[in-house]
Amino acid sequence: MSLNSDIAIVGGGLIGPVLALACAKAGLKCVVVDAQSMDTRANAKFDGRAYALALASRRMLNALGIWQHVAEYAQNMNDIKVTDGRQGDGAAFLGLHFSSDEIEDGPMGSMLEDRYLRRTMMQMIDRHPDITHLSGTRVVAQTITAQGASLTLDDGSVVTTTLIVGADGRQSSTAARAGITRMGWDYKQTALVCAIAHEAPHNGIAHQFFMPSGPLAILPLPGNRSSIVWTEQHNLANAIHRLPDNDYLQVLRPRFGDFLGAIELCGPRHVYPLNLTIARSFTGPRVALAGDAAHGVHPIAGQGLNAGLRDVAALSEVLITAHQHGEDIASPAVLSRYAQWRSFDTAALATATDLFNRLFSNDNALLRMGRDLGMGLVNALPSARRTAIREAAGLNGDLPKLMQ
Amino acid sequence: MATTVDPSEIAKFEAMAAEWWDSEGKFKPLHMMNPVRLSYITQQICAEFNRILDSEAPFSGLRILDIGCGGGLLCEPMARLGATVVGVDAAERNIPVAMAHAAQSGLTIDYRHTTAEALVAAGETFDVILNMEVVEHVADPLAYLTACRQLLKPGGLHLCSTINRNPKSFVMAIVGAEYVMRWLPKGTHDWSKFITPDELFKLMTQAGLEPVDRKGYQFNPVTWGWRISDRDLSVNYVTASLAPMSAA
Ligand SMILES: Cc1cc2nc3c(=O)[nH]c(=O)nc-3n(C[C@H](O)[C@H](O)[C@H](O)COP(=O)(O)OP(=O)(O)OC[C@H]3O[C@@H](n4cnc5c(N)ncnc54)[C@H](O)[C@@H]3O)c2cc1C
Repeated sequence: MSLNSDIAIVGGGLIGPVLALACAKAGLKCVVVDAQSMDTRANAKFDGRAYALALASRRMLNALGIWQHVAEYAQNMNDIKVTDGRQGDGAAFLGLHFSSDEIEDGPMGSMLEDRYLRRTMMQMIDRHPDITHLSGTRVVAQTITAQGASLTLDDGSVVTTTLIVGADGRQSSTAARAGITRMGWDYKQTALVCAIAHEAPHNGIAHQFFMPSGPLAILPLPGNRSSIVWTEQHNLANAIHRLPDNDYLQVLRPRFGDFLGAIELCGPRHVYPLNLTIARSFTGPRVALAGDAAHGVHPIAGQGLNAGLRDVAALSEVLITAHQHGEDIASPAVLSRYAQWRSFDTAALATATDLFNRLFSNDNALLRMGRDLGMGLVNALPSARRTAIREAAGLNGDLPKLMQ
Repeated sequence: MATTVDPSEIAKFEAMAAEWWDSEGKFKPLHMMNPVRLSYITQQICAEFNRILDSEAPFSGLRILDIGCGGGLLCEPMARLGATVVGVDAAERNIPVAMAHAAQSGLTIDYRHTTAEALVAAGETFDVILNMEVVEHVADPLAYLTACRQLLKPGGLHLCSTINRNPKSFVMAIVGAEYVMRWLPKGTHDWSKFITPDELFKLMTQAGLEPVDRKGYQFNPVTWGWRISDRDLSVNYVTASLAPMSAA
């Protein structure tokens, strides 16, 4: 079998399908290949993963007709409270408080479970006349020539294309095959992820607690439920993960106090080892990277998917414009526009996330005082607050059209 | 025109083509300007000939002439959009170079070493003429623009860009681009030959063309890119003019 396309996308996670939908809208023919079967990807049960979608991301999903299918499962985030806490002390410290009342654009973001987004995306790319979706097939090789490129799949078939996009996640083999190396480090921390049901309503408020061992996020889901992402040193996290449910909750409870009333687990628990991995280049000959393949960041600031969606918005805009101008969409001149657009954003994000984490995962008394003062200052200065809020909502920077 | 190329020369031409198409190399300023140039060109052609860029091969059926085609930076996009393209250049060595690159890109483009005046003599006509950064280099602009008008079919579209003449353009185009940034070889431009937008409109009218639009290309040193400006025509600018509906 041999397929022909304008863009061949390796990876049908979340980023690959959104890119295909964005490009197919302008008539570019896309092929999306994913190693996992359709069944595994589309019929997932609640796996505890939920996204804090920034306002800009939601606008983009709306413009692509995706949001309309998932809106009913989303929970508005009206408020983000950032608190510096020490175990046992609960949430008693100087708090940083961001409210959507302070920006004109409505709620700051929305919480959405991974399963709803994934399922919708699978259905949409399956139905689209300009998108071919190949499931359960792994890409094993790629070839680049002056005129085009091709992918070889594990069943021996070949996809010829103008441009290859690697949306194949943190261990992107597309990047590796293109000779693009990565940099990054291990945080020596693991995220424990679960969802809880609680007695008291969350009122659409997201909480970020900075604990000595690492951050703890409580993010509101529809109903009296919240998604918890909680970070500990590898060994401790694995030990906690092995505990039976009841003991697990015993460890969790004192970390954020009792403001949500009684809590219980709803859904399975997960662990994700945390590391930062950034591709040294986002492009190569006839290759572009997007999403985690380009930059796997610490999920502390909830920016992983949001950053990937920004890649898609920028890349699709560059490709569609080039296509409409009759340019070779995979020429170095075109791809460098994408790389340039994203480079600043990514460097800033990686540094900020890392600094944030280092600063807040430290029990040094001086650092504690410094950051408490810092948070107090941000609270006191209206313009700094607005900047921080707009940043969290994804409204700062040179925004691609899809996000405006 | 069938140019027979010595096979031993092809490798050399391919290397030169690579130079033309290297967006970080010698022709970087042209590559940086290409998105705004293409944006203006495609918008004007779509508006004049009722085409929609989202459709398949939107420029099919249009015969386009690019004067001063160089390595084919504008010819190839026009061919990809479905147009029948003739590219001419007064520099003979550019022709096999552009041909080599078109072959690599799998595009059919008719490249010729000839002049506008010679095409008029041969009785050729076109729907669109791309006349980019040429008029400031010719000896007699009025005679040249008259030849361009004669090459247009009735109602045909003439897109012409050049550089304004004022102290700012002297600093930007000659001191800046040639001496400071070294984007262009020294001596590329002769400032006294630069033409103001009003002068160009007047010349075009004298040549029998009807001027319909003019825009500036503005360089933004923060984003390090170009954009189209309605008002700032102080350095680089582009114009659209039309040939009369019935032959003049
Ligand atoms: C605990 C946790 C919480 C998070 N919380 C948030 C949050 O609140 N907000 C947020 O914005 N982000 C969050 N993220 C990040 C978010 O999950 C990712 O950024 C996002 O899912 C990236 O998607 P992707 O499509 O780039 O990669 P992936 O989802 O990794 O998809 C890659 C796909 O490529 C396929 N593939 C790989 N290799 C091949 C091959 N050779 N051939 C074919 N297919 C291949 C795989 O099967 C996979 O389906 C979180 C992440 C974690 C771990």
